[in-house]
Formats: sequence, structure tokens, C-alpha cells
Amino acid sequence: MSGTTFRPEFPREGGTRANPKTAAWRGLLLPLGFLAPAIFFLGVWVVYPTFATMVRSLYSDRGDRFVGLENYRRLFSDDIIFTAIKNNFLWVLFIPLGVTAVGLVFAVLTERVRWSVAFKIAVFIPLAVSLFAVGVIWRIMYQQDPERGVINAAIVAVQGVVSERGVISTAAPSTDDLEGTTQTGISLKEPVRTGEVALLGLTAIRAPEIPEGAQDARAPEPLQGGITGVVWRDFKPGGGTPGEVEAEEVGLGGVTVELREPGSNRAVERTTTEADGTFAFEEVADGEYTVAVARNTFAEPFEGFNWLGPSLITPAIMLSYIWVSAGFAMVIIAAGLAAIPRDTIEAARTDGATEFQIFRRITIPQLMPVLTVVFVTQIIACLKIFDLVLAIAPGSSRNDATLLAFEMWRRAFSGQNLFGLGSAISTFLLLLFIPFLIVNVRRFRAEAR
Amino acid sequence: MAVRAERAPVVIEESLAAKIVRLTAKAPVHLALLFIGILWLVPTAGLFVTSLLDPSDQASGGWWNFAFQPSAWTLENYTKMFDNERIVDALIITAQVTLGATILPIIVAALAAYALAWIDFPGRDWIFLTVIALLLVPIQMALIPMFSLYNRFALFDTVPGLILFHSAFALPFAIFLLRNFFAGIPKDLMEAARIDGASEWRLFFRVVLPLGLPAIASLAIFQVLFVWNDLLIGLVMAQQNQPIAPAIASQLRQFGSNLDVLAPAAFFSAVIPLVIFAAFQRYFVQGLLAGSVK
Repeated sequence: MSGTTFRPEFPREGGTRANPKTAAWRGLLLPLGFLAPAIFFLGVWVVYPTFATMVRSLYSDRGDRFVGLENYRRLFSDDIIFTAIKNNFLWVLFIPLGVTAVGLVFAVLTERVRWSVAFKIAVFIPLAVSLFAVGVIWRIMYQQDPERGVINAAIVAVQGVVSERGVISTAAPSTDDLEGTTQTGISLKEPVRTGEVALLGLTAIRAPEIPEGAQDARAPEPLQGGITGVVWRDFKPGGGTPGEVEAEEVGLGGVTVELREPGSNRAVERTTTEADGTFAFEEVADGEYTVAVARNTFAEPFEGFNWLGPSLITPAIMLSYIWVSAGFAMVIIAAGLAAIPRDTIEAARTDGATEFQIFRRITIPQLMPVLTVVFVTQIIACLKIFDLVLAIAPGSSRNDATLLAFEMWRRAFSGQNLFGLGSAISTFLLLLFIPFLIVNVRRFRAEAR
Repeated sequence: MAVRAERAPVVIEESLAAKIVRLTAKAPVHLALLFIGILWLVPTAGLFVTSLLDPSDQASGGWWNFAFQPSAWTLENYTKMFDNERIVDALIITAQVTLGATILPIIVAALAAYALAWIDFPGRDWIFLTVIALLLVPIQMALIPMFSLYNRFALFDTVPGLILFHSAFALPFAIFLLRNFFAGIPKDLMEAARIDGASEWRLFFRVVLPLGLPAIASLAIFQVLFVWNDLLIGLVMAQQNQPIAPAIASQLRQFGSNLDVLAPAAFFSAVIPLVIFAAFQRYFVQGLLAGSVK
């Protein structure tokens, strides 16, 4: 094939006049030589299976029986595949927008910062790591126990400032004088007048929650013009009389006590009990009050969001995907930003435009083509997500995290061997790509002309 | 001398003041970037620290408790990993597949791209249009028929089988990228070489390939990262001889109890692409910019 392609003057048309037949043949043979390996690979590994899969989708799972559109009927009546379609829709709805927005923000922030390279590398690293390793990383991040999963730990750290966990997790009234639950707070049924003493006995407290060396409870003296009382564990080994403060019964310290307006749950005043369980409201306006152990006494400790559970798994995987793709969007958009002519912006600035106006009226419109590229690339990427679902979603929430590409693998290869249904899912997936395919081809033809 | 001595500090003072003003004005941006940058590094750092912890430390609490405690770190997990034959085999297979599936498609694509860019023949545009259309065919479309074919031709579970599969699916993007790059070579240069009597082969090897090196480099990096990081193809087309990602995937079932195996394997499998990425970052970015269509 090594060619005699000496073309004297007009290479593109040369030769055709002299001997049309051999020249045309040679004109084809030469490029064919260059193209043959590619045609072989694309033909065998891409084109053939594409058609084979379409045909296969019309046959039964074992491939021995023509079933027409039966596999497509299965596809659309299967609840889990429906979830996959729905999730794919959610991904396409949120992810391209999210990734493009994050990339734009990063690109703009780094635009005139000197150490931006360091920042860009930090944001870029996830892109080099396999999506599968990314999955393992986030699986560690998302562990539910706040002692292990860093995300829940961070939430606890932030929440700890806002609301503390209660001193005891559960308790019940010790006598019929009291009512309520840990959800509402536990209150005395009878209103208390100023100068009286309120006895709030609780039982059913978990023993480990009583601090060691807790002081014995003691009933306080009445206080003129105020309300005093005690919150204590109305229980001692061997029984005792409910409703009475007795020796060996311990006081509950750190409990929040409220004075409520009778008939409503509105707290007028709050205080916290001493170590022996006593509390005192001094200088209370004359009248009747409901005395209650406040609800926050029983606040459950935060046990962490179940990121990997059925309801949060899809947002959790999406978040990890944004972490991966932000670098991609940032780099492309940063290149677009750098290409915007400076003088337009300078001119606008001279004319007194604010930075925000410049951003909205000049930067964004000029960036539009680049933003579109990022957006479309991300739509396509969303339709192909497979690794992240496999790596992040535990077996129990895979049905909720599933996406079409993942579902196709699961039905055909994870031991289910549903090749007919798998082929139908693949073909459906290909169908979703067709619009982008047409746009690509059109764009090229426009360029070629 | 005296004059200079008086003036000099004034100049410094001005620029210093200007600098301070400039820096304080930008302080929020710097702080935000610092915060985001650290935030972005936390997950990878978490995997790294976890991989260095003794199983008992992994069980005792969050990795961040040990993040600043290098005395608690140990290479024990990595030593054990390299004693694990399955993982070592998987790493070797991954290296072989990556090497083959990077070189092969680049050669094939460069040949095709040259023909599409510089040889005029009927139907050329149609072939290129087909290539562009094939860019968007998802791998899922090939899995089921190729699975049967591989079983019939004894390519299933073999390194060549994986190399060929990866190569074929790399081609549309590779041809697209290289064809566009080759087409940018000045026409005068090509025609001058042709007039000098250079054959198409010579033109390809002596002119186009050397000039196309930057594009080939970008492509090579993409392909190395893609093949090394692949999970799907390895999972479907291999069983005993799986590359590293599918090999680790089988460990996921007992997640939590086997972090001492999972974390170092995941981190180590990420190190090689990271090193390649760090070394050839420039080409990677250029490649991204040239063809963000895949």
C-alpha cells in the first residue's frame, strides 16, 4: 500500500483525469488502508452489538423465543425500573444545573487570585480518582453514627451549639398527680399557687443515665412570692411510696422546669434544677401556674441522618457526584472566562457599570456557549452513572438509588441473567441519547459547510 | 545618597498600603476559597487516614480523631494488601489492560484521523459523521452481545479481551479529537511535503504524528484514567482476572467490617491516576477543553 501518490500540482484532483478507473480505486484503497483497523474495531465492538442489542430486546431472556415488545412492556410496568427512570429524571433536572453553577462560582472566584492553581488542583483531584473509589470515600463519609461518619459529625457539631441533648432520654410520671409524656413534657395536673411547693416525681428512668454520686433528693422549703419544688427519681430499691421524697431517692440535676399558664402550654418562666433536684422561681407574679418538666429535658441525642437509607440515598449520591464534577466545570468555564475580551469589560467599567451588572450583562452572555457545553456534557454523564450507585448504595437501598445504567447491569449481569429485559433497558437508554446525537451531527455538518 | 534614602521608604510605604488595601478588599474571596479548597480535600484525606489506621482504631471512632496523630498511623494495611494475591493480581491486570488499551486505540485512531483529515475520498464526511454519532452510544449497548461473543471466542475473562473492548469504545472520541487536531495543521506544510514526493505514510509518520503529539498526549492521559478507573467493563467481561476496581467491588458487601482491606485498596488504586494526572495536568486540561463531548 505504501503509495505512489506523487501528485504534481493539484493534489486533491490530481490523477483522476488520466485513468479514472484505477485512480478512483487507488483513491479509495489508500484511505481504506488507514481506516481499516478503526472500521474493524468500531464495526465489531460498537456497531454490531448496537444492532444486536436492539434485536435481542425483542426476544425472551433466554433468547429462544420472539416476544415482540413484551420486554418493553415489562420495562414500563416494573416498579424498580420506574424508580430508575424517575431518578434519572431527577439527576438530569438537578445535576447539570448544580454542576454548572458550582463550576461558574469557582471559576469566577479564582479568576484573579494568585494561588488559584492550588485551589484548582484541590477541586480537580476527585476527577482523577475512579468513581468507584469516590464511592468508597463517600461511603466512609456518610456513615450514620456521628462518631464515624464525618458528615453527621459535622452536623452534630453545628447542632450542639443550637440545641443540647437532654439530661435523660426517657421517663414517666410516678403518680397520677402528673400527666404528659417525654414528647410534651411532664406536668402537674393541679395548678400551683405562689408560695407552694411542687413535687415532680419521675420513674422509668434508665439507670445508666443517673450520674454516679447523684445527691439524694430533698423537698425544698416554700418560698414567699415564689414557687419552689423538686424533680427527683421517685424510686428506690425495694419500692418506697410514690409521690413522697424519701431517703435514698436521688435528685435529678440539670432538668429544665417551666411555669406554664394554666390551660395553655405557653411557658412563662424557666429554670434549671440543682444537683439535689430542687428548683426555685423567685418573685413570681401572684396567680396559678402549671409546673412542668420541660420537653427539652428528654431531647433525644442526635443519632445522625441515615444518608445511606432509602430516602436520602439519591441526594447523597448526587452530592458526591457534584464533588467529582465541579473541577471539570470549573476548568472549562475558567477557560471561557479567560477568553472574554478585556476591553469590553473595561469600557463598561469606565461607563460606570457595577461589577454585578458587568457579570450579568457581559460575562454571562459571553460565557453562554461554554456553559451550554458543560450543561450538555453533564446531562449525558448523568445518563451513564453506574459506578457510584454500586459503590455508595448498600444492598438495602439500591432499589431506591437505582439509575437506568445501573439497572441494566443488575438485570442482565448480577446473577439475574435477564438478557431480554437488559437489552430493552439498553435500547431505551440509547433512545435518550438520540437527541444529543442529532445535535452533535447537525453541529458538525454546519461546521463542515 | 541622602535623597535616595529619603525617597525609597516612601515608595515602599505606598505600595505596601496599596497592597494591604487590595488584600483586605479581597479577603472574603481568599477565605471562601481556602474554606472550599479544604472542604474539597476532606473526603480524599479521610480515605487516606482511614487506610493508615489499625482495624481497632478504625472501629473505635471517626478517622478525624487520628488525622493529626501520625503516631497512630501504620502501614500494616498496605503490607497486608500486598500479601493479598487477589489484589496484587488485579493491580497487574489493571496495568496490562491500561497499557494495551491506551496504545492500541491511539494508533488505530491516529491512522483513521489522518485519512479523515487529509486524504480526500468519496464518503469521507459520512464516515466522520458516523464516528460522531458513535460517540454517544453507551457501553450498555454492547454488553450483552459482546458477553456472548466473548464466551464463544474465549475472550471472556482475558486481558486481550478487556484491551480490545476498551480500545473499541475509546475510538470515537479519539478519532474525533485527533481528526480535529490534525485538520488544524497548516495546509501549506502538507502540500509542500506532498510536492517533495513524500508518500502518505511518510507524511503521517514524519509530519502529522510529531505535530499531533500534544493531542495524542491529552488523549493518552484520558484513556489511562478511563481504563484504570473502569468498573463496568471489568465487572462484566471478567470474572477471575478482574482489574482492580471490580476486584475491590466484591469486598463491598461487608462494608464497615473490612475497611482495613477496602480503604488501602481504594486509596492505592487512586494513587496511580493521581500521579499521572499531577505529572501531565497540562495535557489533561487541554484535552478537556478540546473535546468536552464524551
